[in-house]
Amino acid sequence: MLRIHCPLCGERPYTEFRYGGDAGKHRPVHGAGGIEAWHDHLFLFENAKGPHREFWQHVQGCRQWLIAVRDTATNIVADVALARDARGLEPQGPGER
Amino acid sequence: MSAGSHRVRAGGRIDRNEPRVFSLDGRRLTGYRGDTLASALLAAGVSVVGRSFKYHRPRGFVTAGVDEPNGLFTLGEGGRAEPNAQGTVVQLTDGLRAASQNAWPSVRFDWGAVNSWIAPVLQAGFYYKTFMGPTRRAWMFYERFIRRAAGLGAARHDPDPDRYDTHYLFTDVLVIGAGPAGLSAALAAGRSGARVLLIEQDGLLGGTLLSDPVTGQTEPWRARLEAELQSLPEVRILRHTTALGVYDGNTAILLTRRDHCAPDPGNGEALQILTSVRAKAVIHSTGATERPLVFPDNDRPGVMMASAVRTYLNRYAVACGRHAVVLTNNDSAYAAAFDLAPQIDRVTVVDVRRALHPALTAKAASLGVEVHAATAVTGVLGRTRVRGVTLTPIDGARSRSAPCDLLCVSGGWSPMVHLSSHGGIRPRYQADSAAFVPGGYAPGHFGAGALTGRFSLGEAVQTGWRAGLRAAAECGFERVSADPPAEPEGVAPWDTANHRIEPVWALGGARAGKAFVDFQNDVTVRDLAIAHQEGYESVEHLKRFTTLGMGTDQGKTSNINALAIMAGLRGIELPEAGTTTFRPPFVPARLGALAGRHVGQHFRPVRRSPLHAWHLGHGAQMIEAGPWLRPWYYRWAGETVERAYLEEMRRVREAVGLSDVSTLGKIDVQGPDAAEFLDRLYVNGFARLPVGKARYGVMLNDAGTILDDGTTTRLAETRYFMTTTTAGAAEVMSWLEFLVQTAWPELRVHVSSVTDEWAGIAVAGPKARAVLERALPGWDVSNEALPHMGCLEIEWDRMPVRLIRLSFSGELAYELYVPADYGTAFWEHLLSSGEPFGIRPYGLEALASLRIEKGHVAGAEVDPRLTLNDLGLGRMARPEKPFIGRELAARPLLDSPERPSLVGLECLEPGQRLRGGAILFAASDELKGHGRGYVTSVTWSPTLGKFIALGFYAGGLRHVGEEIVCAFPLYGERVRARITSPVFLDPKGERLHA
Ligand SMILES: [Zn+2]
Repeated sequence: MLRIHCPLCGERPYTEFRYGGDAGKHRPVHGAGGIEAWHDHLFLFENAKGPHREFWQHVQGCRQWLIAVRDTATNIVADVALARDARGLEPQGPGER
Repeated sequence: MSAGSHRVRAGGRIDRNEPRVFSLDGRRLTGYRGDTLASALLAAGVSVVGRSFKYHRPRGFVTAGVDEPNGLFTLGEGGRAEPNAQGTVVQLTDGLRAASQNAWPSVRFDWGAVNSWIAPVLQAGFYYKTFMGPTRRAWMFYERFIRRAAGLGAARHDPDPDRYDTHYLFTDVLVIGAGPAGLSAALAAGRSGARVLLIEQDGLLGGTLLSDPVTGQTEPWRARLEAELQSLPEVRILRHTTALGVYDGNTAILLTRRDHCAPDPGNGEALQILTSVRAKAVIHSTGATERPLVFPDNDRPGVMMASAVRTYLNRYAVACGRHAVVLTNNDSAYAAAFDLAPQIDRVTVVDVRRALHPALTAKAASLGVEVHAATAVTGVLGRTRVRGVTLTPIDGARSRSAPCDLLCVSGGWSPMVHLSSHGGIRPRYQADSAAFVPGGYAPGHFGAGALTGRFSLGEAVQTGWRAGLRAAAECGFERVSADPPAEPEGVAPWDTANHRIEPVWALGGARAGKAFVDFQNDVTVRDLAIAHQEGYESVEHLKRFTTLGMGTDQGKTSNINALAIMAGLRGIELPEAGTTTFRPPFVPARLGALAGRHVGQHFRPVRRSPLHAWHLGHGAQMIEAGPWLRPWYYRWAGETVERAYLEEMRRVREAVGLSDVSTLGKIDVQGPDAAEFLDRLYVNGFARLPVGKARYGVMLNDAGTILDDGTTTRLAETRYFMTTTTAGAAEVMSWLEFLVQTAWPELRVHVSSVTDEWAGIAVAGPKARAVLERALPGWDVSNEALPHMGCLEIEWDRMPVRLIRLSFSGELAYELYVPADYGTAFWEHLLSSGEPFGIRPYGLEALASLRIEKGHVAGAEVDPRLTLNDLGLGRMARPEKPFIGRELAARPLLDSPERPSLVGLECLEPGQRLRGGAILFAASDELKGHGRGYVTSVTWSPTLGKFIALGFYAGGLRHVGEEIVCAFPLYGERVRARITSPVFLDPKGERLHA
């Protein structure tokens, strides 16, 4: 079973979390992006095989939104950080713009 | 043959002092403790145990383990009945009741056998083509007959009276399979001090060693390892336990059967236990299964795997025949011949190979076993029992028949690669052992023994020991305090790593008679040829076209032979043919075991309002609303919902009622940027909402369609009290947290769910204010002090009360929020204060009907496929301010005036009703297709005296006044209705502003 190391709560089974989608893309700035930018953000995905930055929320724990780097081929979660802290990180790896 | 005639006088691992009485199809039989159902039946001379799936051919046991395709039974009765249990793994217990399957009226005389005469109809692709092709209609006709004839065991509708448990275990090293490799691995890991969990599907440890003679030379070794493992404090052994699957994160799901303990559910004892185990390292020592050879009529009862015959002889003291022919392409089958020779009348070996190991032929000669090299069996005589075989020399000389009553077959060994493949690692073909072996292992996983394609006992012990050490080291346990265990003595010189196999896949060519590849699904060589002709060549297509490997045994005995035969037809090498995908579960699992204790009321948590106990004590009929239990209606108003909700509505419209709205989602939004936050969130503005005022708001998602709606009140400059729909509460909370934490961390705002902290009570009706004046003396609740959409934070009995004037029903109405623990006290206080005005509680049915009359959207209308305009709320949006979803809501097609949008409907036919889900057509339309719209909410309106509805209709309110048709094809209904405004009652809002 997939296990995610919550920076606040420790390693927990993924059933305590909810998946929140691709975190490899920057959300358009509120009120600034046009239809095109929002369309691309919402509907276009790389569907990468390999490392994938994605949102998870620890809904049955600390309620924090996390960014995890999960390998979509092996399901191994290499890195997890609070989304609040990880936001400044530059996108890296495939599937990110 | 008389009962018990096949039992050998001495030996075996059965306890002759402990008889076990059981029954098959009502016939009383006796076996012994230590028997399986299969061994006891074979001992009793029962050779036909079932009929085959398609052709209803008589079938007997083929194997002695989890790979058994034929010997399936229904065990027990009523809710306890378990269909498709393999007799080869069912432990014999006193009183066991087994019933044979797939035969009517009996296995000996079966009407379905007529299928054998119409067999050409049922050849490969019959199911596939009738399902998928133009003859699909014919399937509808034939299905009834075929299902009845071809069924496996039937599932029951009775509730299962047994109890199932779920366990969670953690260990350093998980060892799957306690054969010689697994025992050796567990010992190596165990001696290092690591925590070891050794699981074995059998009730005894030893694997293939259990098939050696009890008095033989391997038994002392087996017993010594078992004893030492049991003495190690960190080693835990689970018997009767099968690994169903191996998953990410070194998690394995185990199933422990406890039938043999006769558990009593009344005493809380579980019949089966499902265990989720997390290990730091996993050792796969799952062994191998012997595979059949394919030749005409190779399915006759009495044709069995050589290793199974040896198991029945040595472990269960059952001789499966008196005159055996052993057909093989490798050395392993000789062990069966040599063990049988002293016990039965005659043994003949038929070996397809030319060059035989001299030690084998010498030993055979000493035991009086005749050996025919370079010879094949190309046919079987007898129908319900083998009477002889056709022997054909490989060089093409004339065939001859030879009498026998047992044919032991070995086509080589197939490693049990299922579990090691569950993570997506495909098996690879290892040519020198003619076997698919694991194509690799996940990190922290190790393989040992026959699984690796090395089949000798010596290799099993050595690879097991090494895997045990490596797994322990993986967990940080490096030191081993003793030498590896000495290998068992008396290993035969011909027990080599690959048994000197010479693979052959099909014998007997195109002769008459069916040569079966998959016994359980009745797939023959001819079926494979048809699949090839029709182009279903790839493994996955072959499987679906022929149903090969799709039975309850999942092709454990059949897959490789089929792959090899198909490779031959295509003229490619076996590895190029590939394998099918291995998926859990490894063996069939009961749904009860998967559900565990999550049954009945424990299926999911139930949410109750703080007023729940009051409702139950005062005549409420409760109803499930998502996870919530809510009052549906109250008995004061009538005994049935149809009567009660009308009475409750009348009370609200004419006097006053109160209702529990505690289930609404409630979110506390605080911080200097709370106003800015809500402005971004809602389509309408909240920044300029004055303190002490409430506003209805709608949120969109990023895609610009409806997310949720509700009322939000400004309690202070930096504090808002948000309510959400009951159904959307969790989703909205999570979304707000996402925005605060990831999208807009610069905003100084906190959100906190307070749904459980506040009880919510709606008071509605023309007398509502009078009730509050009496209930809250000293507080000014006049129209001036508390106008519509106003809010007061007040106290009652030193307890805070949030009093918001808003209306869902269209009447003068208030929502009052008090701390949850005071909810019941305050509810009762409102009831007693309202007594002079005739106040009564009303339930969910009345609540819903009141809002439909008023045209408020809820439930089915708050649909994420819809837009603001669809709901007629487009004017709420303030496009000059950015809000979530603004950009994509402006997509051109979402703005089309022809999209279905919210309308009201009134029924024009007295005596007819409108229905939710009905399809809407214009009066002149032909009634087909998706129509112009649909109905979402319906009620009988006591106020208007007719059925009214809310729905969506293309072009929406431009069609007000038109007569349309509401069609409900399922019931063949078509009812005339008129399109109206969705607000049926008090369109000017005079009542709620009163
Ligand atoms: Zn956490």
